[in-house]
Amino acid sequence: MTVRDIIDYLDAELLFGDDELLDQEVQHACGSDMMSDVLAFVKDQAVLLTGLINTQAVRTAEMMDMKCIVLVRGKDPLENVIELARERDICVLKTEHTMFCACGILYKHGLRGGHSV
Amino acid sequence: MTLHYIVPGDDFTRAGEASGDLKRKMKKLGFPSDVIRKVSIALYEGEINMVIHAYGGEITAEISSSEIDLTLADTGPGIPDIEKAMQDGYSTATEQVRNLGFGAGMGLPNMKKYTDEFQIESEVGVGTTVRMKVYNHS
Repeated sequence: MTVRDIIDYLDAELLFGDDELLDQEVQHACGSDMMSDVLAFVKDQAVLLTGLINTQAVRTAEMMDMKCIVLVRGKDPLENVIELARERDICVLKTEHTMFCACGILYKHGLRGGHSV
Repeated sequence: MTLHYIVPGDDFTRAGEASGDLKRKMKKLGFPSDVIRKVSIALYEGEINMVIHAYGGEITAEISSSEIDLTLADTGPGIPDIEKAMQDGYSTATEQVRNLGFGAGMGLPNMKKYTDEFQIESEVGVGTTVRMKVYNHS
């Protein structure tokens, strides 16, 4: 699926992302509020679902070469988050769904967990 | 090439700036993506540790075609029991740090896991120095 599809499936609001970013193909995702766990276990996942709304969500995505961050539970990011995501070319979406439901919906549509290290 | 970074101890939002910068520089230099990933993760965890435990510190990164050599030095409180600190899941981070997405007790284990050489020296009341090497296999 593409990032655009994720917006559709999760009724998400696009907080940052241009056309090129939205048309990116993504196949694997992970969901976590603990960034150390993402750094420890993620390998090739392109989407990060998280309730963490500070800049470290963007930095973690940057280190892991992720393309898209989905903020769950309807949370708004803190200041600087969108600015940093723009600098690093990482999409940021926001959905009202909880972590569990957002992951479930995307899984149902074919997004998978991928390999972990 | 030698790079030097100062990690400010009082600004959590800036932790990761050094690793991001090094990552982009390594990309430009044409290092393989898995080597860049290992260096980025290890250094990022180190930066986070410096901010949440040690009031900041200094990073020296020496880049050659065969390896990336990282030295992270701080003058923080030091680690009383390194063996314990190296265990997966062991953390002395506060609830506040956990709310920021860290403190899962994976920082030092991650740094060791992603590097080819890992050394840590620490003295309580004096500080901690971590030395890490990642080999470039290409």
